[in-house]
Amino acid sequence: MGNPLGRYLLTLRRLWGTALAMQFEYQANLLLEVAAAVTNLLGSLLLLSLFYGGGRALGGWSWSQALVVLGIYTLLEGITSTWLRPNLSTIVGHVQQGTLDFVLLKPIDSQFWLSTNRISLMGLPEIFTGLGLMLWAAGRAGIRTTPWLLIQTLLMLLASGLILYSLWFLVATTSIWFVKTWNATEVLRVALSSGRYPISAFPAPIRRLFTMVLPVAFLTTVPAEALLGRLTMPWLLLSLAVAFLCLAFSRAFWQFALRFYTSASS
Amino acid sequence: MSSPRVSSLHGLGHGWRVARALFASQYALMLEYRAEILMWALSGLVPFIMLAIWIESPAGAALGMGPTQLARYFLAAFVVRQFTIAWVMTVFEEDALQGRLSPMLLQPLHPFWRYLASHLAEQAIRLPFVALIASLFFLLLPWAFWLPTPQRALLTLAATLLGFLLNFLIQCTMACLCFWSDRVNALERLIYIPMLFLSGTAAPLEAFPPALRRLVEWTPFPLLVNFPAQLLSGGEVPIAAGFTALAFWITGLFLLMRLLWRIGVKRYGAMGA
Repeated sequence: MGNPLGRYLLTLRRLWGTALAMQFEYQANLLLEVAAAVTNLLGSLLLLSLFYGGGRALGGWSWSQALVVLGIYTLLEGITSTWLRPNLSTIVGHVQQGTLDFVLLKPIDSQFWLSTNRISLMGLPEIFTGLGLMLWAAGRAGIRTTPWLLIQTLLMLLASGLILYSLWFLVATTSIWFVKTWNATEVLRVALSSGRYPISAFPAPIRRLFTMVLPVAFLTTVPAEALLGRLTMPWLLLSLAVAFLCLAFSRAFWQFALRFYTSASS
Repeated sequence: MSSPRVSSLHGLGHGWRVARALFASQYALMLEYRAEILMWALSGLVPFIMLAIWIESPAGAALGMGPTQLARYFLAAFVVRQFTIAWVMTVFEEDALQGRLSPMLLQPLHPFWRYLASHLAEQAIRLPFVALIASLFFLLLPWAFWLPTPQRALLTLAATLLGFLLNFLIQCTMACLCFWSDRVNALERLIYIPMLFLSGTAAPLEAFPPALRRLVEWTPFPLLVNFPAQLLSGGEVPIAAGFTALAFWITGLFLLMRLLWRIGVKRYGAMGA
């Protein structure tokens, strides 16, 4: 086991294997999650449909095109409850109880450990409904699937996932100073819920805010544009750059925060 | 030998002292969580996000609601929602799981009174934050500024208080299910969904398709946000019908909650027993 990548992959397999085994203890919960995912999607569809009566469109997006955005949003929500929430909520606990010491002492990168420690099945229903809606709506919108289109879409979804992760990790990191920041992630979740709608549905000042300050535009609208074959090269590159910057910043911020970590009760 | 009148007065005075002590202690406790309460207030941003889209979309105009009316409605929805929110299920489940419920049951005070005091204390601390956010809103959108008529202001106050009571009772009723299952938080997730989509937080009820709107009006959800928000923003709203529905739901849920509590508490064997 000399090579570090192999070590990380093995760790990941062990961590997720245990997490999944634990989840299967609660099958009734999963059933409730399916019900929640479906009703949540129905509610989102209802809200979206209110903007489409009488031949109107939302921000220049047709009904099918807007559904692609909603599909990607649902997918991201699923990823949040499967991967981000279970992991990043533990950082707060670690700081509170001083067990972060044990994490920092492990011969493995602390950000990696904290970000991959757990996985929950709770988000799976949303991941599947989101993916389904995204693909079905894209088909309805009449896209021509080419390899390049798929590569673009996958790249933009990857960038979107990384941005989402970075935002969550940034907020979770602040618990080093403030300890109880779990409510801040709730604010983040609500702010990101604006990603249910294409960015052009918002007035210009808010559009700028969601592109330059809180990168909501890159989370759902840009991947949707990619899937619909409307993404221009500058936007593609910009999205990749934003993802890279967010990730690098979250990493630098974590290392900066650790300098202030003095363990519990000291 | 005291006459019944005196003893009932005595009881009233006792009740008042208990209420004051409860509120004061819960207020002190909640004051420790100022930062969290600000965050909770901020996480009620949904009406503002929706306002941004409604203003930009022609759907608002088609509804007969211009930008001013929309801005007022969604600000009112934000304010009202801040004071009708309840979270009994979360606290009750935690208290039951951690075994804190048992000592509470031994006290000559129903545990729900404690939760009620803590909700009211939290609202008192929330008030300045809400005022701050509302002032910021008017600073950004000065054209939306309005003052409700004194009559409407009073009606809003009454509707918001009753709306809170209704939401509190919904939560208490569902919290009683803790006696049967130890995983009630999944149920809370389910009840949160219609609260978001059908209460009027994300869209005024007037925007719903007529058939759906009639259906939703039979549920308690619009009473939590849409009804008080319409009152506050000066919209047209059937006042008598709204208050009748509030009274109906509050009475019904109160009786149901008492029944569930009586049956449930007999089943309660404390955690780990």
